[in-house]
Amino acid sequence: MDLAAILFYAFGAVLLAAALAVVMVRNPVHAALFLVLAFFTAAGLWLLLYAEFLALTLVLVYVGAVMVLFLFVVMMLDINLDRLRQGFWRNLPVGLVVGVLMAAEMVALLAKSALGGGAGQPAADYSNTRALGEVLYTDYVYAFEIAAVILLVAIIAAIALTLRSRKETKYQDPSRQLSAHPAGRLRIVKMASETTVRREGAE
Amino acid sequence: MIPLNQYLVLGALLFAISVVGIFLNRKNLIVLLMAIELMLLAVNMNFIAFSHARGDLAGQVFVFFILTVAAAESAIGLAILVALFRNLRSIHVDDLGSLKG
Repeated sequence: MDLAAILFYAFGAVLLAAALAVVMVRNPVHAALFLVLAFFTAAGLWLLLYAEFLALTLVLVYVGAVMVLFLFVVMMLDINLDRLRQGFWRNLPVGLVVGVLMAAEMVALLAKSALGGGAGQPAADYSNTRALGEVLYTDYVYAFEIAAVILLVAIIAAIALTLRSRKETKYQDPSRQLSAHPAGRLRIVKMASETTVRREGAE
Repeated sequence: MIPLNQYLVLGALLFAISVVGIFLNRKNLIVLLMAIELMLLAVNMNFIAFSHARGDLAGQVFVFFILTVAAAESAIGLAILVALFRNLRSIHVDDLGSLKG
């Protein structure tokens, strides 16, 4: 058993345990943290497959951005855990039957089929990032641009969904400020000038 | 050298765990989103294993696009969750029946 196999089994065991913990733990914050662990171990497994760029992207994008967003939302919302957990144990038998059946079928099919062993270790001067970039910016350039548009739409949608104008917040309206005129703010009242009052005690 | 089969079995087990997670956490929208992320991770694992076994980079390019779309999906999903919580003060799935006739 060489080092790669030992690492594969260790990472695989941690990945499956973390995935089980994500769906089983009670606290959503702990579930999010276990999902971070699952992503880290998956990145390790991808490194064993010589997919360095995607492994680093997984850590940067998922652990760095998506999971932080998840944690932020989970901690911001005030959720009733007991109510969310209802039906958890009632659904367990059905879910377990479906899951075990599904896993058994796929494992039975995959374990017996004779698939190739893989391409082995690439050459020493091979750069996964460079090779991926070369196909990404030539063969897949239109798909790449569509992916950029999808991200832009996601940004706009997320902002538009959560943006709200609060009534109690005071804010400035520059166009109204600029169109302000003295006539609209100041009223000059014409009135008769005051007559002198005779004081009776002075005479 | 780890054979391709073992990566595929690992992906299948990960996918089955996330399906069980969707069954268990039917009322909890946040954990449902996390289970979807786990499913996408299982699919990505298969793509990269096949890409490595066949020496073809197309699988890795596809994983790149899946990561992009999944990031957009979770960002919009969480934004909907926040908007929902603001209106209903709850994210329980049973409370989300306002479109029911």
